[in-house]
Amino acid sequence: MSLEFTASEMMSVTAARALTNDMTCFVGIGLPSEAANLARLTHAPDVTLIYESGTLQTKPDVLPLSIGDGELCESALTTVSVPEMFRYWLQGGHISVGFLGTAQIDRYANLNTTLIGDYREPRIRLPGGGGAPEIATNAKEVFITVKHSRRTFVKDVDFVTTVGFGRDGKARDKVPNIGRGPTVVITDLCILKPDPETKELVVTSLHPNVTREDVIEATGWEIRFADQLETTPAPTAEELEVLRDLKARTNAHHASTQSGQQ
Amino acid sequence: MAEFLPLKEAVSKYINNGDTVAMEGFTHLIPFAAGHEIIRQEKRDLTLIRMTPDLVYDQMIGAGCAKKLIFSWGGNPGVGSLHRLRDAVEKGWPNKLEILEHSHAAMANAYEAGAAGLPLAVLRGYVGSDLPKVNDQIKFIECPFTGERLAAIPSIRPDVAVIHAQRADRKGNVLIEGIVGIQKEVVLAARRSIVTVEEIVDDLGASVNACVLPSWAITAIAEARQGAKPSYALGYYDRDNAFYKDWDGIARDRETFQAWLKENVFEKGAA
Repeated sequence: MSLEFTASEMMSVTAARALTNDMTCFVGIGLPSEAANLARLTHAPDVTLIYESGTLQTKPDVLPLSIGDGELCESALTTVSVPEMFRYWLQGGHISVGFLGTAQIDRYANLNTTLIGDYREPRIRLPGGGGAPEIATNAKEVFITVKHSRRTFVKDVDFVTTVGFGRDGKARDKVPNIGRGPTVVITDLCILKPDPETKELVVTSLHPNVTREDVIEATGWEIRFADQLETTPAPTAEELEVLRDLKARTNAHHASTQSGQQ
Repeated sequence: MAEFLPLKEAVSKYINNGDTVAMEGFTHLIPFAAGHEIIRQEKRDLTLIRMTPDLVYDQMIGAGCAKKLIFSWGGNPGVGSLHRLRDAVEKGWPNKLEILEHSHAAMANAYEAGAAGLPLAVLRGYVGSDLPKVNDQIKFIECPFTGERLAAIPSIRPDVAVIHAQRADRKGNVLIEGIVGIQKEVVLAARRSIVTVEEIVDDLGASVNACVLPSWAITAIAEARQGAKPSYALGYYDRDNAFYKDWDGIARDRETFQAWLKENVFEKGAA
């Protein structure tokens, strides 16, 4: 009998599976954080999670709302200053995977979290780069997880906040001391990987019950599919149970913190 | 030696209209009490620096204190937009706000360079990003030894640094615990500094490698209990995540925001 699961759960479980025990992962907030902690609570109990607030090797019991929740510090092996985090641990070459989310992504996996529209007259102002621009170049590789929609998957991002492979796919060529860049993009519909030659994102695996048409419809460019298109394995009962417990714990925790006047 | 002052006097004495002010605390120990005092004293034309503007700058921008913002991530963490910041950038309300944006790595480096008394910070950064196209403070230099192209940005040297910390002893030495962020760097980089603390104690109880700012490196200390709320102070109170979520609704609308500001800031004096 097959299990019932949502597209979001499929995305989180698939993103979690990309992490292994031997990785040192610099974790972005939101979907990457959910996936990284799911990995830690299932198949990769020894994965090292690092958040930009300075918390090294952290094991939060609930998902943090911000990258600096107390939970992260109290469950960390140690906490370093923010300059040390970016200079020694990230730029120094100790991070194997940067795990990022985004507002917009294009066919060369460039990420935009800065704005929609023109820079001086933005239609929608987004938060900005944060840690991502240097995570994407100083980590040995980058995983991206984001919901698939035509608004998010655009042919060319309005602004390259964080480089994937540049406007022409060649931005990393001949640059010394730079990571491999995005190696996988996990959405709620499919898995995409950059073409080894052109670096354009190609769909390599469709999630269960998702069609090629669904992906074409949700992508803002003429998306290509791999010749050997696979079907992503469905979540297991254990993965779903751990994910749902984690989310329930998290929701209860963030709702219970005393609210009201400052 | 640091001068002990009530918060009201510390702000009035050391923060002037037009100053460059950096109020730091990376998600943890955000100096909200000091921010509210700045709003009450109606300081104007400030250049505000903060890696993550957070709710504290959203409130100060909405209250009309800022003319310029230097930052690296301007969102409500885990929730969404800072609506007052967006309103100022997109619509110029309550006044036009000039922005200069960096990445976190660059700002962390710039604070550290400021603390080290250097004119610039050098990092392996901004490769392939469009940020250097919109921020003329980002340049590239060639390493004189290897020829590698590296990013260079000016160090941050604010007029005033404002931070919150767990406690000070009676001589004015300050202990910071938990996520220490760039608390030490910003104080050492600034010409003047105001440190608010949860409490003033006889003995800091600091371990040998603890993050301690000596009294002689600080300008003024003010006691402000719960002065980091709704952010948090490790060992004292938790982050009020529910308020961070509620802020989205409060700040989305100008009238709701102004009503909140009146009731929670203007009609409440410094503790």
